[in-house]
Formats: sequence, structure tokens, C-alpha cells
Amino acid sequence: MKTTYMNPYLAGFLLGLVLLATIVITGRGLGASGALKSAVVATVSGIAPQHAHESKFYSENLKSLHDNPLKAWLVFEVLGVIIGGFFSGIVSDRLTFTTERGPRITNSMRLGFALIGGLLFGMGAQFARGCTSGAALSGMAVLSTGGIITMMAIFGTGYAVAYFFRRLWI
Amino acid sequence: MFPLVPNLISEELNLIVALLIGIAFGFVLEQAGFSSSKKLAGVFYGYDFTVLRVFFTAGVTAMCGVIILGYLGWLDTDFIYINPTYLEAAILGGVIMGFGFIIGGYCPGTSIAGMAIGKIDAMFFVGGGLIGVFLYAELYPWFEGITNASFLGNIRIFNSIGISQGLFGFLLIAVAVGAFIMTTMIEKKINPDGPVKMFNTMHHRLAGIGVLVLGAALLFLPDYKERLFQEVSAPEYLRTNSVNEMTADELVFRIIDRDPKISIIDIRTPEEFSKTLLPGSVNIEIKQIFQKEFSEVLGNRHKKKIFVANDETEARTGALIAQRLGYENISILCGGLPKLIRSAIELKPEGERCIFNSSADGNKQEIALRVDALQVKDTERFRAKASVILAAMMKEAKNSGTKSTKLVKKVAGGC
Repeated sequence: MKTTYMNPYLAGFLLGLVLLATIVITGRGLGASGALKSAVVATVSGIAPQHAHESKFYSENLKSLHDNPLKAWLVFEVLGVIIGGFFSGIVSDRLTFTTERGPRITNSMRLGFALIGGLLFGMGAQFARGCTSGAALSGMAVLSTGGIITMMAIFGTGYAVAYFFRRLWI
Repeated sequence: MFPLVPNLISEELNLIVALLIGIAFGFVLEQAGFSSSKKLAGVFYGYDFTVLRVFFTAGVTAMCGVIILGYLGWLDTDFIYINPTYLEAAILGGVIMGFGFIIGGYCPGTSIAGMAIGKIDAMFFVGGGLIGVFLYAELYPWFEGITNASFLGNIRIFNSIGISQGLFGFLLIAVAVGAFIMTTMIEKKINPDGPVKMFNTMHHRLAGIGVLVLGAALLFLPDYKERLFQEVSAPEYLRTNSVNEMTADELVFRIIDRDPKISIIDIRTPEEFSKTLLPGSVNIEIKQIFQKEFSEVLGNRHKKKIFVANDETEARTGALIAQRLGYENISILCGGLPKLIRSAIELKPEGERCIFNSSADGNKQEIALRVDALQVKDTERFRAKASVILAAMMKEAKNSGTKSTKLVKKVAGGC
């Protein structure tokens, strides 16, 4: 499938405007991993309320999300991302169920690695209080020291270890 | 002044805003090609630098917007969410995420965009993300220590390295443009059929130069607050703009009388404030006058706000800033606080007469002097009595600690 994407600088400029609008209107940045956290907190407190009550992590997060983890800003924003991404897929005719992988691995290997990568990202984002969107990108926009350190750590590590994982991609 | 949340947009409306912003975010991510893990991973192998281009351009665009709107005074940068800095956790989290990126081929935001158009690997990545959060949550007792170690506050990078915001902005833009040029050359070598093939070199060069010029302009943009502060403290401005004044005697009388219609705003540093303070005074450093959390105190129209500082010029500067910000009913203490203490407590008055701004007050001044002459005995008696009471009240105020001001709710944020 041959598709054309937007010029990256134009896309970056538009993304920057979206981020700027977010900061100007709401005073906060964009995010993504926070919605995953909300989903986990909601699920665990739904299934095992006793456990959630006893655990410091869940109870603290429940408190900061006013006991309603799904009614959070980032949950709504991520729902929007799904809608917006889907809409873009229609516009550019890219809606298909596929798995992308490097030429030297199988589909199921790729899915396994995607799961592991997601797992690491989910954990790492808890330490860094945000992922590429919430900590690195939004942090860079407001020139937060922590956000920029996290950004450098993400990409620095990526480059440092890329060689060892080259079989996955090239 | 922006941001609109939390004072102008309700929590419910903010969720609708979130949905709309998310739609725009998701659309742009997908259009940029961030729904494709192969494209994303390309940044680490040199065959496709889309991630770097989009990411850096977006970050720089938003940063320029924040700096420029801050300069214009439209965006209150004290009020937006600045990601807090926990040193160890920022590095550790980033390293773990770096591994996650190269192994998984996505990051959370992009995986959600990929999922939206049917990428199965993206769905697995999102599933993995949920498991990762769950594991972290269950192991939190082990991770809590390092997650919360070395909290440095909501610090900003230009302060951390000790340069101006504008200079940092310019350097970041220069680094970005340099990286764009370099990665384009690398990509041309490794993958001549990659995205670079589509680029219009001429347009890109012009845009690069334009961005660098804009970046250079940032160097000359101080923050709105810096700018206002400089403007107001210029001698010319101080001379031509008047502020109401209150004599030390009147202020002392009102303090002893426990006049509910005044509030004393002490604009000295917290250290000075903790050493000597007037009873009932609130410490708002001169640079804090801008902060919204003090708008309740400063914006109370029913009270006369008396600005107190080490000298009259300092108080006048603070009062003029407050007036520029729209606060009303403001006066300053004549002569400054040290002088008040010398005259009211140590009873060593030193010809305390306010600097009158206009000559029209000449007549008034004369009358005041005559009245003073008649009342000089009363005044002395008052001062003698007042000094004892005031000294006791000041001692009490100092012992009861500095008055803490109520904080207005801040913007929440982060992932």
C-alpha cells in the first residue's frame, strides 16, 4: 500500500499549534499515557475495590481523579485521538487491519515485541510522569527541565540501543 | 488573560475541550504518519526521520507561542502546568521508555492513532501499556522511593542552566534547524527513496532561514513581567505617575485602631518580612504582585491597600505595577518601613513629610503644617503611647508567624 503523508514540517507546525492551543485554553499540555493509567485505575477499583483502597498507588490516583478515573481530561482527549485518527484514516484511505514489521521477523514476533514495548512504555511513563506526549513534547513547549531530561533520555536510549534491536526493523 | 481553565471554563466544558483537542491531535498524528511503527522506528536507523522533524517542529512552534504570548501578557506563564522535575525518575523513566520505543515501535499517543486505523501491532502495544501501568501500580511500594526522589520543583530549563528564556529558545531553534539539515543529508544517503524525495529544497531552505530569524527575535523578548517591571521602575515613569500616600502616623493609628478597612501589603523579601513585620500585614514580594493567587487580597475594593517597603521608591514601584494590573484603592507608606519603625517605635522622627507629586498640593501642605503645629503636643503624646502598643503588637505578629495567603487552585496536568 503506497500512501502519502503530510509534509513532516507542516504536520509538526500543526501539531505545535494544537499543543499551543491546549496550553492557552486549558493551561496544561497534551498527553496519552495518563489515559492508560485512568483505565487501569478504573478497572482495578471496579474489580477489586478493597485492594484499590489499600494500595497507595490506586488510592492516591483515585483521589486525584475525584473517584471517577474515567471522567478525566486525558481520557476524553484520548477518545478524541481515536476519533481524529480514524477520521484521518478515512480521508487518506488508510483504514486496514495490518501488522507492520521489519523484514526479518514474523508477524507474531512483532506482536510480542509490540506488547513488551508497550509494557515498558507504560511503566516508564509512571516514573517520568508522562510519556513522549505528556513529558517530552509538552515539557519542551513549556521548557520544563524534567520534561526535557526525559525527552533526551528517551531518544538517547533509543539511539544507544538501536544497534542491538536492528533485527526487529531492518 | 489566558489560560481560561480553571477560572473561566468549567470542569465539564473542559472535557468537551479535551475531546475536540484530542480529535485535532489524533488527526495530525495520523496525517504525519505516526500511525506507522516502521516510520516511527526509522528515526533510530536513519531511513525515515519523520519523528524528529514533526516532534521538533511541534515543540519549537508551541514553545515560541508560549514565549511570545507570555511577552504580550496574554498568557500567564505562572499559571500553566510546568511538568515537575524529579531527577532520577525523569532519567529512569526516559531510559525505560527509550527501550519501549525501539522494541515496541510506538509510544502511547502514536499507538492510539495507529490503533484507530486498524494497526494490530498498535493494539498490542496499547495492551502492553495497560499491563505496564498495572505492574507499576502493583509494585509501587518498591518504586515509590525512586519515583519521588530529588524533587527539584516545577523548574524550567533556562533557569536550570542559567540563561535567559529567549536565548534558550533561540538555541533550541538553531539546534532543531541544524538537526533537520543533518538528518536530511543522512536520510538521502541511507534511503534515497524515503520522505526526503518529496521535499521541495528551495521552500525548506527559505523556511529554515525564516525560523532562524524568528528565533533571533526571541532573544529580544523579555517576559511580560520583566518588561512591565522595567517600564514601571524607570525614573521618568515613577515621576509622572502618582500614587496615594499615607503618613507613618496615620498608618500606626489605623493599625492600633485595628481598622478593618485597610490591608497592609509588605512587598519586601520574605527574609526581611520574617524579621520585622507590621501587624496584620501580608507579604507579597514585588515580583509576586502578578500572581493570580494574590488577586483576592489585592483586588478587594473595600479595603485600602497600603504598600510597605524599605523605601518609598520601592513601594511606589510595587504600587504602580499593581495599578497597571488594574488593582484599585492603593496607597503607599511615606518614607518606608525602617523610617516608620524609627519614628514610631524608637521615637526618633526625622522630618517625615511625604514627597508631594504636584505643586497644587502646596496650599494643602501649608495648611497641614499649621495644623501640625497646633497638634504637635497631641502628636507627641499619641506617638509615645502608640510606640508601646505598636511594639507589643509587632512582637505578637512576629511570634504568630507570617501570615499565609490562601492559594487559588492551580491547573492540573501531566500524564
